[in-house]
Amino acid sequence: MSERVAVRKTYKLYIGGKFPRSESGRSYLVQDANVSLASRKDARDAVVAARAAVKGWAGATAYNRGQILYRVAEMLEGRREQFVALGVPGDEVDAAIDRWVWYAGWSDKLAQVYGGANPVAGPYFNLSAPEPTGVVAVVAPERPALLGLVSVIAPAIVSGNTVVVAASPAEPLAAITLAEVLATSDLPGGVVNLLTGRISETAPTLAAHMDVNAVDLTGVGDAELAVELEVKAAENLKRVLRPAPAEHDWFADPGVTRMTALLETKTVWHPKGT
Amino acid sequence: MTATATSARSDLSELGRSETALRTFLHGLPGVDQVGAEQRAAQLGTRSIKTTAKAQAIDLAIRMVDLTTLEGADTPGKVRALAAKALRPDPADLSCPHVGAVCVYPAMVPYVAEVLRGSKVHLASVATAFPSGQAPLEVKLADTRAAVEAGADEIDMVINRGAFLAGRYQEVYDEIVATKAACGDAHLKVILETGELATYDNVRRASWLAMLAGGDFIKTSTGKVPVAATPPVTLVMLEAVRDFRAATGRQVGVKPAGGIRTTKDAIKYLVMVNETVGPDWLDPDWFRFGASSLLNDLLMQRTKLTTGVYAGPDYFTLD
Repeated sequence: MSERVAVRKTYKLYIGGKFPRSESGRSYLVQDANVSLASRKDARDAVVAARAAVKGWAGATAYNRGQILYRVAEMLEGRREQFVALGVPGDEVDAAIDRWVWYAGWSDKLAQVYGGANPVAGPYFNLSAPEPTGVVAVVAPERPALLGLVSVIAPAIVSGNTVVVAASPAEPLAAITLAEVLATSDLPGGVVNLLTGRISETAPTLAAHMDVNAVDLTGVGDAELAVELEVKAAENLKRVLRPAPAEHDWFADPGVTRMTALLETKTVWHPKGT
Repeated sequence: MTATATSARSDLSELGRSETALRTFLHGLPGVDQVGAEQRAAQLGTRSIKTTAKAQAIDLAIRMVDLTTLEGADTPGKVRALAAKALRPDPADLSCPHVGAVCVYPAMVPYVAEVLRGSKVHLASVATAFPSGQAPLEVKLADTRAAVEAGADEIDMVINRGAFLAGRYQEVYDEIVATKAACGDAHLKVILETGELATYDNVRRASWLAMLAGGDFIKTSTGKVPVAATPPVTLVMLEAVRDFRAATGRQVGVKPAGGIRTTKDAIKYLVMVNETVGPDWLDPDWFRFGASSLLNDLLMQRTKLTTGVYAGPDYFTLD
């Protein structure tokens, strides 16, 4: 009997809940695997998918979003060994799962902690409620590939934003495997879209795109590129998160700033009579 | 195809005088090869149109748009806003051309006419008991006259599909002739509602019937039934107008309507026009898109080409 030939995996993009190859047909060799090299058209398609998903995701109840994010954590736990096999250290996988759960817990608490009743003079109730910013383009940190990625995706989507993420070009396999987790976790297609390839190719398109509401430049290592991206983002006044310092400790308590940076506050004046 | 047409050339104008002659002619038209038409239409959709050619195609497509609103909820304010948009689709870019026409219900025509007066944008009105066409002939003709009197210079009529499908071609023919007469100087577009005609053979027959009866344009759909304009249907209609011109010397326009929402789709249609009937039809006088949401996508793509940055729907009007 002939020896069995293993099925080799092609790592693809994750756009709109599907795993397409790059529209350009290109790929690059990294971590002993062929990975899609996303083009600016893939970035455009990802923004379209992210925009289409905003209504459903932002409109879902906070409780429902939280349940879906917990489900993602469950699925991550089940794939722990797969991440380790891809070279992600075990303690990093554990930290990534814990981080995901920590953010998931915030979904139905954000409005209470960051919204509330404001004292005003006059016969009004004055209420502020946080709302998602919309479509967020994210450049994920180069390393740690999994924990860094989770630390930028989870705080953006927990409040109802949808994201287009440019994954770490040097270690994209963990990112695509995370996309496989997301695809099997009841997370609606388009909420998270993942591009692999050169940051210098996808990020400028995303930063300039008029239908993107915020850019998170956390993983941009090149200072000149970061400036260029900020300038492009200024065209339609996107919210901008600056690149993280090289010595940033991803294992430390993340704090809430990543979540609150991607919120808009809606304030309502409601007449209450005398 | 042209063999039948040529032999019938001398007596084409006589056909409308008898039901038998009409039926013999329409059923004598060669059948449409369904697989062939669909394959040809799909193949023409694979062309890659880029850079300067794309910019030209977008501007041409904008000039061909019949900016349409046909809702029960249309108000004078809404149609005025639509007419203003037709005149200047992109207020941020003065080089952007105006659209071909505004298309509304007859009751809304006076409000649009006020805005469009003095411009080159045409004013189209649907008539003849749109969208079903199921009303007595007098009502349809009164509908048409009212729209023309109110200022419409193009009338989009619907054919009587019930009569057509029952084989009463004479009735359909006479209705189109009567409506054409009621139009006066206004151009007549004949809506075949291809989504209800079931076969490509019927589309070809209805196209010829509409052209024989004097229609200036043949239009695919009302946009009110699930199946609207499709590339193969438009291909069959384009072939019909090509063959009709070869047979009679009269050029008839084509208007696919409904379901065309993206620039990519619009460019595929333009490619099909160029490849099927040639550049004579690549003009707003001979080819139109019946659409509402298409215009915004064309404007966004146009902005992408001029600025190099992908545009977002937040920066264009909703209607």
